[in-house]
Amino acid sequence: MEKTIICTVCPQGCRIKVAGEGKNITSVTGFSCPRGETYARQEFVCPMRILTGSVRTENAAEVLLPVRSADRVPRDLIPECMKLLRSVKVTPPVKVRDVVVKNILGTRVDIVASAELN
Amino acid sequence: MNTNHISCDVAVVGAGPAGLAAAAAAKKQGAGRVLVIERDPSPGGILLQCIHPGFGLSYFKEELTGPEYAHRFARAAKEAGVEFLTDATVLEIGDKRLRVLGPACGLLEIEAGAIVLAMGCRERTRGNIRTPGTRPAGVYTAGAGQRLVNRQNLMIGKKIVILGSGDIGMIMARRLTLQGAKVEAVVELLPYLAGLTRNRVQCLDDFNIPLLLSHTVTEIRGHQRVEAVKIAQVDGKRQPVPGTERVIECDTLLLSVGLIPENELTRAAGIAIDPVTSGPSVNQYMQTSLPSVFACGNVVHVNDLVDNVSRESEQAGRSAALFAAGKLPKATEIACKPGSGIRYVVPQRIALSGEDAELTLYFRVTAPGGASELSAAQSGKVLTSRKVRRVSPGEMEHLNLKNSALAEGNLTVSIAAEEGK
Repeated sequence: MEKTIICTVCPQGCRIKVAGEGKNITSVTGFSCPRGETYARQEFVCPMRILTGSVRTENAAEVLLPVRSADRVPRDLIPECMKLLRSVKVTPPVKVRDVVVKNILGTRVDIVASAELN
Repeated sequence: MNTNHISCDVAVVGAGPAGLAAAAAAKKQGAGRVLVIERDPSPGGILLQCIHPGFGLSYFKEELTGPEYAHRFARAAKEAGVEFLTDATVLEIGDKRLRVLGPACGLLEIEAGAIVLAMGCRERTRGNIRTPGTRPAGVYTAGAGQRLVNRQNLMIGKKIVILGSGDIGMIMARRLTLQGAKVEAVVELLPYLAGLTRNRVQCLDDFNIPLLLSHTVTEIRGHQRVEAVKIAQVDGKRQPVPGTERVIECDTLLLSVGLIPENELTRAAGIAIDPVTSGPSVNQYMQTSLPSVFACGNVVHVNDLVDNVSRESEQAGRSAALFAAGKLPKATEIACKPGSGIRYVVPQRIALSGEDAELTLYFRVTAPGGASELSAAQSGKVLTSRKVRRVSPGEMEHLNLKNSALAEGNLTVSIAAEEGK
C-alpha cells in the first residue's frame, strides 16, 4: 500500500509518499527534513493527535471547561474519548493543567484542564 | 451623568492576544501606569473559544490550546503590573485621550501618554457576501457558532454545510463532527484552500469531510429553519456554472468567509487606513498616522498565527511606552509597497531611524505558487531576499532587513517564480 501524506510539521506542506503494509514500511520519499520523515512514518502506522474538547461544570460562572490531552493520543480513539468526556463534570477550583481524566482509555495520557475555573 | 477622569502612561484598547502582549511589553519597557480596557468580563479575547490546539508552536515551542495561550499572556501582564478595566467599552479615541463607558466605571475620560489599538476583527456575514434565498434561522458565522458550542454548551445543528475554507470554518467542521453532527461539505469559492494546510489535514481529511473547491452556495432554502442549500461549481470569474447545481439537505449553514479588522474607533479618529488590509497604516514601530496612537494584531491585518500577533504587539507596546516617555525616534519615512504578486505589506511605512535592529516585513502573496524568491528592493537594488518552496495567500510570508541598509525612496516587496521549477 502506498499513501501520500501531507506533512504538517511546518508550513512547507511536503507531500511525502510512504509505502508498506501495517507497521512494515518499505520506502519513504518526498520529505525534506528528518522531522518530516518521522512524522510521515508515524502517520502511516498510527496517526497521533492532541485531543481537545470541553467538559461540563457545576457551581461555576462558566458552563464549560476546555480540556486537552496532555500528549498526543491515537487519532482513531478520539471519538471514543469524546463520548467518555460527555459524562464528566468538574467543580471549581480548577487550575490550568489539573488532571480531569487520568489515563484516558488506557492510553497513559491524561486529559487536563486548558483553563482555570474559579 | 458625571464624567470621571483618570490618567495613565499607556492605554490599550482590547484584552485579546494583541492587547495582552502589548500591555506587558509596555510595562517591561518602563511605562508607569498601563491600563487595558476590555468590553468582556475577563481578558483573553477570541482565544477563549479557540479550544483547539496549534497555538504557540513558534512563540513557546510547544503546542498549546487557545485558552492556555491566553492564560500565559494574561498572567504575564498581571505579573508585570498591568491594570485591567473590564466590562468597559471604548466609545471614542483621540490624541492622548479616550472616552470609556461601563456599568461600573460610568462615563470615564482617560488621558494617556500613548494609546495602543488592539480591537481585533469581526467576521464577514451573509450580508457581506450577498447569498440569495430565504432568511431562516440556522445561518451562523463560524466564530459565533464556535462561541455557542465551545463556551455556552449549545449545539447549533445536526446536518451542516460550511461555506468558506478559512481556518475557523475547518476547525468548526472538526468540532461539530466530534460533537456528533454530520458535516456534509466544506464549500470554497476559490480554486485553492483559504486556510492553513495543516487544518485541512487534521480537520477535514481526518474525518473524511468533502472539500469542494471552486464551488459556492447559490441559494439558502427553508422558512422557519434552514432546510437545504443549493451549491454550484464556479468558473474562473467566480460565476456559477449552469448545470452544475445540486441541493444539499441540511439544517445549518456556517459561514467562514473572512474577517474584517474592527476599525470604527480608528476611522472616527481620522487615522489613515490601508484600503487593502482595512487596518491602519503603520510604520515599523506599529505607529499609526496619529503619532500618539499605535496598533497591533488583527486590527492592523488579519493574521493566521497568534504567535505573529504576539511578537508584533510586543513591538507596539514597547514603542508606545517609548513614545509616552518622549524617547521614540522620529525620522523621515519611506513607503513600503506591494510589488508584483504581493497583495499587501505591513508595515506600510518605515521611519529611517538608522537603527541596527532587524525589522520584519509581513506580507501576503496574491496567488498560490511553487518554488519562488521573495525580495525587497529599493530603486532596483535588492536589499533582502529569501527562497521558498511554495507560497499560498492563506499563509503569511515575511522578510527581515536592517533599517541601516535603507536609503530614501520606496521599498518594494515582490515575488518571482524560480525558473524551471
